[in-house]
Amino acid sequence: MAYLGSFIVGGILCAIAQILIDKTKLTPARILVLYVVAGTVLGALGLYDIIERVGHAGATVPLMGFGNTLAKGVMKAVNEKGLIGVFTGGITAAAGGITASILFGFLIALIFTPKDKY
Amino acid sequence: MQTIKLKTPVSILSSASVAGVKEGLGPLKNFYDKVLEDAEWGEKTWEKTESKMQTFAVTKALEKANLKPEDMNYIFAGDLLNQCIASSFGLRNLEIPFFGLYGACSTMAESTSLASITVSSGYADYAVAVTSSHFCTAERQYRQPLEYGGQRPPSAQWTVTGSGAMVLGTGKSPYITHITTGKIVDMGINDANNMGAAMAPAAIDTLTAHFKDTGRTPDFYDLIVTGDLGKIGREIVIEKMLEKGYDMRKNYNDCGCMVFDLEKQDMHAGGSGCGCIAITLCGFIMEKIKSGELKNVLFAGTGALLSPTSTLQGETIPGIAHAVAISREVD
Amino acid sequence: MTNKEYIDYVNKKTPNSKILKNTVLAFIIGGHICCVGQAFSDFYRIMFNLSVEDAKTAVPITMVFLGALFTGLNLYNKLARYAGAGTIVPITGFANSIVSPAMEFKREGLVLGLGAKMFTVAGPVLVYGITASVIVGLIYYFIGGMM
Repeated sequence: MAYLGSFIVGGILCAIAQILIDKTKLTPARILVLYVVAGTVLGALGLYDIIERVGHAGATVPLMGFGNTLAKGVMKAVNEKGLIGVFTGGITAAAGGITASILFGFLIALIFTPKDKY
Repeated sequence: MQTIKLKTPVSILSSASVAGVKEGLGPLKNFYDKVLEDAEWGEKTWEKTESKMQTFAVTKALEKANLKPEDMNYIFAGDLLNQCIASSFGLRNLEIPFFGLYGACSTMAESTSLASITVSSGYADYAVAVTSSHFCTAERQYRQPLEYGGQRPPSAQWTVTGSGAMVLGTGKSPYITHITTGKIVDMGINDANNMGAAMAPAAIDTLTAHFKDTGRTPDFYDLIVTGDLGKIGREIVIEKMLEKGYDMRKNYNDCGCMVFDLEKQDMHAGGSGCGCIAITLCGFIMEKIKSGELKNVLFAGTGALLSPTSTLQGETIPGIAHAVAISREVD
Repeated sequence: MTNKEYIDYVNKKTPNSKILKNTVLAFIIGGHICCVGQAFSDFYRIMFNLSVEDAKTAVPITMVFLGALFTGLNLYNKLARYAGAGTIVPITGFANSIVSPAMEFKREGLVLGLGAKMFTVAGPVLVYGITASVIVGLIYYFIGGMM
């Protein structure tokens, strides 16, 4: 069931973005920004939990899940540390993904060279 | 009057072209002097590759005309890169007096126009016109990194990898007879993925001026080509010219539609870039003029005068088109 | 012909993207990428006994690695031609948007090329994502307690 949920929820999130790109001429970069902010808001309101319960990885793998992680992290840190948590919570929770992006991005870019498109 | 009739018709002594891999798979593959086997051509950067293509095109054209760089009085060159480095780096070792131009994809027509004027007016015995573009250098300059996973809309065009050069002088056929210099025309298109539509009004403006000034009609020419309007821009030109009373349905085409097989090569709206008209003109069209299949040709280079900065700032896209008339015989 | 008339005319003339086909492809390919994530999640929990929380961290790291690797192998953009948003929205697309400019600008140097250009596409995601999280944190701090 987790796989069916992942497929459908993840698929729907991608499909919505595709419609936005084709219909509104929003560039992919703007879509990503929109998604991460939407994920943060939905996460803060506790609504993303519902999506995640149905969608499993279909909710966590799309970039909206990244926004949710940021929101959850900041709220947890505020509970634990108060105001200072506002500054540390988001990135702390997302540290794995961000560090991985930078590290793998760096290594892959060192090893590989872009290719012409035929 | 936007059109001048050259006092002394200027001869196209020779032309040469070099094309990239994808272009070498296209319908005009047999007309290029050289087709690259990869995007690099043994160079470390694509900017160097593009420069090398310009060096090759000029050297090859000179060789065909049996002339040397020191015989040349002027070279007019330009490309799409910041500060036109493909031209200045590619031509620095040739030691020919150099004018660097920026006319976006209209550069082939702009350089040919200026070179013709210097020869016709007697200030030069010989002059060279050259331009180039490279898919990989243009993408990083104007769009996304090559490996970025994005989708192109159906109106997007593909920058041609290639360079074309022409050696101009006097004496023999074929001749450049008329030059129509275009005005900057901006009809408010701001979609950088629809360059054909942005440039089409400039092409229409210049072609109309050419016909009015010369008193010629479209059927005087065996072939009228525009630079890189692609499928959408081409349709716009045909429809709007017809509305103005110029029927170009039979003898008009666009190099962006000629250089690739749009369907088979999945090229969306077609080719673009300075190299698009350069390799089509210096390869296919010149060959057909030489063989006599084409007697009178009008070519109009079309350029979109935008920059990545202007696009980000939401500006509309100004277009330009310069037309040059070529004839096998002059009276 | 005024500019507005011309723009309307061009809009009629310009073919639309094939939205139905694009959306179906985005759905299918995006959905499959998420299933790969789910498979890794299960794999980590069963094989390495990771907690649900740790798996939630390990999966994005894995997906980011795969996205980066496929970009390096010149495969991600090929898939993206068909997938569209299906390869942009998953976190693999975030990795692609980081690796692709880093690779592209390597020739301008390791520091000012690769290093500086790495976040040209993905930077805004961090800027707006983190700013949004700070706003959420502030609201939560000041009025969250009251709720």
